[in-house]
Amino acid sequence: MKLYCLSGHPTLPCNVLKFKSTTIMLDCGLDVTSTLNFLPLPLVQSPRLSNLPGWSLKDGNAFLDKELKECSGHVFVDSVPEFCLPETELIDLSTVDVILISNYHCMMALPYITEHTGFTGTVYATEPTVQIGRLLMEELVNFIERVPKTQSASLWKNKGIQRLLPSPLKDAVEVSTWRRCYTMQEVNSALSKIQLVGYSQKIELFGAVQVTPLSSGYALGSSNWIIQSHYEKVSYVSGSSLLTTHPQPMDQASLKNSDVLILTGLTQIPTANPDGMVGEFCSNLALTVRNGGNVLVPCYPSGVIYDLLECLYQYIDSAGLSSVPFYFISPVANSSLEFSQIFAEWLCHNKQSKVYLPEPPFPHAELIQTNKLKHYPSIHGDFSNDFRQPCVVFTGHPSLRFGDVVHFMELWGKSSLNTVIFTEPDFSYLEALAPYQPLAMKCIYCPIDTRLNFIQVSKLLKEVQPLHVVCPEQYTQPPPTQSHRMDLMIDCQPPAMSYRRAEVLALPFKRRYEKIEIMPELADSLVPMEIKPGISLATVSAVLHTKDNKHVLQPPPRPAQPPGKKRKRVSEDTPDCKVLKPLLSGSIPVEQFVQTLEKHGFSDIKVEDTAKGHIVLLQEAETLIQIEEDSTHIICDNDEMLRVRLRDLVLKFLQKF
Amino acid sequence: MPEIRVTPLGAGQDVGRSCILVSIAGKNVMLDCGMHMGFNDDRRFPDFSYITQNGRLTDFLDCVIISHFHLDHCGALPYFSEMVGYDGPIYMTHPTQAICPILLEDYRKIAVDKKGEANFFTSQMIKDCMKKVVAVHLHQTVQVDDELEIKAYYAGHVLGAAMFQIKVGSESVVYTGDYNMTPDRHLGAAWIDRCRPNLLITESTYATTIRDSKRCRERDFLKKVHETVERGGKVLIPVFALGRAQELCILLETFWERMNLKVPIYFSTGLTEKANHYYKLFITWTNQKIRKTFVQRNMFEFKHIKAFDRAFADNPGPMVVFATPGMLHAGQSLQIFRKWAGNEKNMVIMPGYCVQGTVGHKILSGQRKLEMEGRQVLEVKMQVEYMSFSAHADAKGIMQLVGQAEPENVLLVHGEAKKMEFLRQKIEQEFRLLPETKKPRLLHGTLIMKDSNLRLVSSEQALKELGLAEHQLRFTCRVHLQDTRKEQETALRVYSHLKSTLKDHCVQHLPDGSVTVESILIQAAAHSEDPGTKVLLVSWTYQDEELGSFLTALLKKGLPQAPS
Repeated sequence: MKLYCLSGHPTLPCNVLKFKSTTIMLDCGLDVTSTLNFLPLPLVQSPRLSNLPGWSLKDGNAFLDKELKECSGHVFVDSVPEFCLPETELIDLSTVDVILISNYHCMMALPYITEHTGFTGTVYATEPTVQIGRLLMEELVNFIERVPKTQSASLWKNKGIQRLLPSPLKDAVEVSTWRRCYTMQEVNSALSKIQLVGYSQKIELFGAVQVTPLSSGYALGSSNWIIQSHYEKVSYVSGSSLLTTHPQPMDQASLKNSDVLILTGLTQIPTANPDGMVGEFCSNLALTVRNGGNVLVPCYPSGVIYDLLECLYQYIDSAGLSSVPFYFISPVANSSLEFSQIFAEWLCHNKQSKVYLPEPPFPHAELIQTNKLKHYPSIHGDFSNDFRQPCVVFTGHPSLRFGDVVHFMELWGKSSLNTVIFTEPDFSYLEALAPYQPLAMKCIYCPIDTRLNFIQVSKLLKEVQPLHVVCPEQYTQPPPTQSHRMDLMIDCQPPAMSYRRAEVLALPFKRRYEKIEIMPELADSLVPMEIKPGISLATVSAVLHTKDNKHVLQPPPRPAQPPGKKRKRVSEDTPDCKVLKPLLSGSIPVEQFVQTLEKHGFSDIKVEDTAKGHIVLLQEAETLIQIEEDSTHIICDNDEMLRVRLRDLVLKFLQKF
Repeated sequence: MPEIRVTPLGAGQDVGRSCILVSIAGKNVMLDCGMHMGFNDDRRFPDFSYITQNGRLTDFLDCVIISHFHLDHCGALPYFSEMVGYDGPIYMTHPTQAICPILLEDYRKIAVDKKGEANFFTSQMIKDCMKKVVAVHLHQTVQVDDELEIKAYYAGHVLGAAMFQIKVGSESVVYTGDYNMTPDRHLGAAWIDRCRPNLLITESTYATTIRDSKRCRERDFLKKVHETVERGGKVLIPVFALGRAQELCILLETFWERMNLKVPIYFSTGLTEKANHYYKLFITWTNQKIRKTFVQRNMFEFKHIKAFDRAFADNPGPMVVFATPGMLHAGQSLQIFRKWAGNEKNMVIMPGYCVQGTVGHKILSGQRKLEMEGRQVLEVKMQVEYMSFSAHADAKGIMQLVGQAEPENVLLVHGEAKKMEFLRQKIEQEFRLLPETKKPRLLHGTLIMKDSNLRLVSSEQALKELGLAEHQLRFTCRVHLQDTRKEQETALRVYSHLKSTLKDHCVQHLPDGSVTVESILIQAAAHSEDPGTKVLLVSWTYQDEELGSFLTALLKKGLPQAPS
C-alpha cells in the first residue's frame, strides 16, 4: 500500500492511494497562492497599475521589464495569472480509478486532472460539494476571462533567470508547470464525470474496496472518507470542523479503528479563535461605517460568508446599521445564496428543522427580502445605479489579484476612512496587499478558519485511536514563524509519518486476509474437532467461487458418475489432480496397529525395531510397513486392493488437516 | 440460504393499504403503513394483530420504513404507532417527513370533523408519531442495529419518494414502494444500482401498460382545459394542497406560457403558499431540469397562477381554479362547485380518487342531481371529467428496474392479480438465469475456529500454528515389467510412454535415471531372480494418492512396443 503525494499545500491536498488493486486519488486541490506573484487584473483600466516601473537587474539590465513590474519594493509578474498544479509526473494519472472529493475547495484542480491526463475513472462527491464547487470554478473562470490580458510572461520562468529574481519569485516552486486557468467547457466536462454520493453511503469499488463519505462539519456537503476492505481501514480526514456553524456536525465515531489515518486540511491560523474573529469583524465593520467609511470584505462566494451574513443579520439592528447597504458582488452571488437554501439535508439540525415549518434555513433570505442585502453579478450594470456609500461590500477574489475586489481596492485604497477586512485564511494578507501599496485604507486581519486546531486534533486522535497517522510535513513541526510553539504540531504515538510534495510513502501495514463466505450447505458438512481448549479445526475441501472480488466457498461437486458406456475407460482417464488430500498428523502406536491388522485378517506379522521406529512385515503379502515418529511408508506389490486396505488402517490412527 | 419471509398485510394483489412485513435473517421490518381509501371500517387499516396478539409491536419489529407520503402508504402510521403502540424507529426521507404530517392532519380532519368518526387518531398522536421518525438521505447506509442496514434510492413517484434496500449480512431485499421510471414534469426517474438483492418487491400498478400513458393523459387534460376556457367556460380542479396540485400547476403554467394564454389561473389560498415552499426547499428532489434552472427561474414560483379570492368566483369570463379539498366534500372547492355547476359551459376535473359519500364520488359515478343541505337540490350541468395522474412505472419500466437491480427473485405487489400474472411471465422469460460458465476451482484448507473468529488457512499453516508435526504417509508399489533391456533403457521407455500419455502433467527424466510425474517417483530396478523382468518402484505420498494409483494401474498394463 502506497501513498503518492502530489501536492505540498496542506489544506489543498492531492494524494493518490494504492490500496488492494485500486488507485484512489484523494482530493485535487489547486494551489492558487501562486497568483500572489502576479499583478492584479483591474476591471477598469488602472493608470496606477499600468504605470508601474519595469524591474531591472542589479546591474541595470532591463530585459525583463516587460514581464516584471515593481511596486513598493515588491516585484510582480505582469501576465495572465497562473496556478500551481498538483504533480502530474509522479504517477501515471490515467491509471487512477476514482477521485474522492472532500470539499468544494479541494476540487479546484479537477479539470486539469480529468481533461488532460487520460483519466477515465469516476469522481465521487456530495451534491453540495459539486454545486458549490461549480460556482467557485465558474467565478474563477469568469474573473479571469472577463479581463482578457494579451501578455503571457514566460521568460522569467527560465531556471537561469528565476535564480536572479528577488524573493518570493526566486523561491517559487515548479514554475515551469504553472498553468493558466481552465475554460468553462473543461469545467463542465470535468464535472460531468462526478457521481453524487450521500453521507454514510457505502460505495463498492470493483467489489474489492468500499469507500464511504462521512460528514466533516467544515462546509456544506464536506466529507471525510473511509476507504476499507474487510480487514483494513484507511481514514482520510480533510478539512474537518468541530465548531457549530451551518454544516452537519462532524462524524467522528466512524473513524475509529483505522489502520492508517491520513490527516490534512487543519486550520491555517492555529492561534486565532474563530468566534473571537467574528466579533472583531462585526465591531470593526460597525466602527468604519459609523465613521462614514466603506467596508470591503474579500471573500469566496460560499462558505464563511453564510455565517458572516447570519451574524450581521443578528447584529445590524442592535448596532444601528440597518440603513447601511450590504452588497454581495459575484458572478455567482445569486446562485450561491439560492443554493444554500436548498441543501437542508446537509445542514446542522437547527437549520434543518426550519425547512419543516417550511422556512428557508438561512436568514439571508430575509436580508434580501427586506433589501438590506443586495447581490449583483458584477460592478457593471445594475450595481452602478444602486451603489450608495457608505456601504459594506462582499466580493472576490480573496487573493486580491482578480475579480471585482480589485476595483474596490483601487477605489477605496486612498482613503483612511475605509477598511478592508480579511476573513479568508487562504492568503497572507500582507502579500495580498503588496501590489496596492502604499495604502491609506485601514486593514484588519480577522481570519476565520473553522478547521481543526492542534488541540482538537490531539483529542480526536485519542478518541479514534488510529494505528498510524500520516500528514503533511508542515504539521510535524511548529510553524516557522512560531518555532517555539511546540503545541502547534501534531503529537501522537507512534509519531506521525510526514509527506511532502512529490514523495511516495509506503504505508506501514500488510494485507493478510480476505473475507470468504461459506455456503450453509458446506458449513453443515464441516466436522470441527477441538485440538486445544477453545480452538477447533475443521478441514475444508470446497469450490471457491470468485465473482466481482467476492469469494464464496461452495460444497465440492459430487464425483460425477461417468456415463455407462465410458465406464470401461475410466482407468485411462488421467485423474483429476485437483482433488486434494488433507495433511496428516499424529503417530502410530505399533502394538495397537498390529492388533488392528490381525483383527482385519492379516496373519504372519513380524515386527522389527529400527533406530527410528519399527518395521512391520506382512510376509504373506510381501509387504513392508516402516513406522516412524512422523512418517509411515507402505511398500507393497502392485495390489491396489491391498494398498487401500492398509491405507485405511493407517489413517485410523492419524488426524487429518 | 437463510429464509426470507414476506407477508403483505395489505396491497398484496390490490392497490391501497400498503403494508408488507419482511423477515430477513431474524430481523423483522415493516414496509409502509398505509390506509385503504375504499373502506370506512376496520378494513381501512392493516390488521396489525397479525404481528402479535398481545405483545408490544416494538418487541417484534426492528424498524418501520415509509416509502412516500401518499396516504395509502403512510395513512395508518399514527394509528399503528400511537393507538396500537410502536416505539421503534420509523424511517423516511426528509421531504416525506416534512409533508406526511400535513396530509395525515388533512385526512384526520375529513374523517373526524366531516364524517364525525370517533376513535380516530388525534392531532397530538400525529405529532407524537412523527417524533419517532428518523430521516434518511438518499443512498445513505443507515445502520438500524449492528446487523440490519437500510439504504434509500430515488423513486421519482412523488417528492421524496424512495425505494429501500434492506440488508442483513449478505441477504438483502429491495422494496420499491411506488416508483416511476420516466422523468415527468417535476420529478426525475427512479434509479437503483446493480445491488443484486435476493428479493425485489416491486409495485405493479401498471403491469400491463407499455405506452407512456402519462403523456397522453397530460395532453388530454390540457386539451380539455383549453377547449373549455376557449368557449368561455370556467374550469374547477379540486385538489389536495400537496403533490398532484404542484404537478398540475407546472403543467398549466408551461402550457399557458407556450400558448401565450391570458385566461387567469387561481389557486385557492391556505396551504398553497406553504406547500409550494416545501417544493422550493426540497428542489434537490425534483428532476434535473428544474434543479438546473431553479436559480434563474424557480418552477414553483408561478407567474400565471395567482391567489384566489372568493369574490373572483362570480367574475364573468373564463378562468381556471385549483381549490381545496380534493374530494369536493367541503370548503372552498365545494362552494365554487355549487356556483358553477349549473352552467354546461363549465367543467370540473377530478384529478384523483374520491371517497364514497363525497360530492366528488357522487358526480364521478354519474349522479347529476345532488341533494345539498337544507333539502336543496343542485342540478349538475357542467361537464365532469376524471383523470388519474399518478406516476407509476409501466411494464417496460418495471422490467428496466429488474434489469438494473439484477435480483435473484422478484415479488409483485400493489397491483391486480391478473395483470401481475402477465408481468410474471414476461419477467421469467426475459431474466432467466444464465448458467455459471467459469470452471470451479477446488480449494483445500483448514478452518481454525477460535472464539467467534474463523480463519481459513493452509493445512501446513494450521499445523504450524498449533505446533503439530506432519505425519508423512508414503506408498511404494512394485510393478513388474517384462523387459530384457537394461534398467536405464526401461526407465527411458517409461519416460517416453508417460510423456506421451500424460500431456497435462509434468513428466521428467532425472539425471540419476529415475522418472518423476509431478512429485511421484518411478525407479527401475533389476529383478533379483528373473533377468527378463524389471521392477518399477513407484513411490508417492498420501496427498498424491489418486495420481499414484493411476500410474501403477497404467504401468501394470505394460509399455507399448518400442518403435525400433
